[in-house]
Amino acid sequence: MRRRPATYSALGLVGRGLTHREWPPAWRSHDLDSAYDVVVIGAGVHGLAAAYYLAANHGVRNVAVLDKGYLGGGGSGRNTAIIRSNYLTPEGVRFYDRSVKLYERLASELNFNVMFSQRGHLTLAHNDGSLRTMRWRAEVNKLEGVQSEVIGPAEIARLVPFMDVSADTRYPILGALYHPPGGTVRHDAVNWGYARGADALGVQIHQNTEVVGIDVRDGRVHGVQTNRGYVSTPTVVSCTAGWSSLVSALAGVRLPISTHPLQAAVTEPVKMFLETVVVSGTLHVYVSQTDRGELVFGASTDPYPSYSTRGSLEFTEELAGHVLELMPAIAKLRLLRQWAGLCDMTPDFSPVMGVTPVKGFLVDAGWGTYGFKAGPVSGEAMAELVATGRTPDIIAAFGLDRFAEGRLVGEKGAAAVGH
Amino acid sequence: MFQIPCPYCGLRNVSEFRHAGERRARPDVRTATRAQWRAYLYEQDNVAGWSAESWYHAFGCRRFVGVERHTVTNEVRPATASDEPGAPDPETTS
Repeated sequence: MRRRPATYSALGLVGRGLTHREWPPAWRSHDLDSAYDVVVIGAGVHGLAAAYYLAANHGVRNVAVLDKGYLGGGGSGRNTAIIRSNYLTPEGVRFYDRSVKLYERLASELNFNVMFSQRGHLTLAHNDGSLRTMRWRAEVNKLEGVQSEVIGPAEIARLVPFMDVSADTRYPILGALYHPPGGTVRHDAVNWGYARGADALGVQIHQNTEVVGIDVRDGRVHGVQTNRGYVSTPTVVSCTAGWSSLVSALAGVRLPISTHPLQAAVTEPVKMFLETVVVSGTLHVYVSQTDRGELVFGASTDPYPSYSTRGSLEFTEELAGHVLELMPAIAKLRLLRQWAGLCDMTPDFSPVMGVTPVKGFLVDAGWGTYGFKAGPVSGEAMAELVATGRTPDIIAAFGLDRFAEGRLVGEKGAAAVGH
Repeated sequence: MFQIPCPYCGLRNVSEFRHAGERRARPDVRTATRAQWRAYLYEQDNVAGWSAESWYHAFGCRRFVGVERHTVTNEVRPATASDEPGAPDPETTS
């Protein structure tokens, strides 16, 4: 039943290019079986990575990944693809640094070019308060072995040619946290790479398969009801980001999460000029340039919870104003398109991962605006939890019980863009 | 942009308001257990559909307003009669 995936190579590329033979599909479609060892809900980066590492690291291969829509159609395909680990709490820094390490070798592990580009990441400080937080983050990062330093306006001007670092702007730039290992990745490629890798190891990926009920009896999971029939399973992992509250409610688990839309936009492509990723918390904006030359802009979440993914004119106006504060020279650039994704925000800006009061129902939620960068490490940790039954140290701080016990992991100083 | 019917000021743009949170029963502080209290503080219904909410009319009458909003379409209708617009505890609704 298992088959080797077609290995991608330079030679293969030349061969296919010359002969115009079709590439084989990267993953298969299946009929839904009646039972699986593990059912993962959500075929985004978190769900696919969890399934991949279950099969690759732990040999658990009778796994189904169910998604109500298409693969990578939620936050995994809507984020601005920024990877970094310069967080504020030691727990956060360790966690995201592991993710950066996994991203660094992901392309060779999956034999799939994920276009990870560690081009450097700058977080601007426009006032004394944020400069102080930058210093704090730099010190925490260094103690955890993560490369970060605070730099001044002259260095920023050297790194970002079109940045207005003059002192007479509305929000003068006082300094920045410079994080060289940060960068961008091609988010679709990460989703597809994990899907292909998981498929090759025997994991079944079911798109257009919506979970409409979770069968909980005597405090534990027995199966899930889908629009394609009932599946019995002892373990369900919910990796459903913005929809986490709704999926958890099917199992009777309440989460400290509210869903906010986050809008992003992209400009027409221009010649490469912006090498680093630039973030400004005060101005609620982050900018990077893709390999095609488009500028990708992200912002803070919309100021009220909603499941709407419609773009708004207020967002575009505010974004344009803020971007031009930073880079007045790009005023003539036109926006090509804007879109929105759903963010599952928690009160402390840290995720909710691990076991719940319902046995066999695990959550990987609360990913807010920082889910994509955590995809690999979350998948790895959730896979370990499912396979061994023990919560790995790296996610021990992020349990759902922390809210009842009052030990929140406050990441607002590093995760939020002025939320 | 959608609008919210303020019982004091009329129909106003949502940008004048601050979302103050879901409206839910507050446990009695004298009898609530710590778990009940923290559940009240942190847990959200977060429904995709009609939700009973409080909004604070920050750039208007500066009063709390009760409405029902459809969280997928952002349609808004006044709170039902039994659900009068009261002020939630500001400490819990940042």
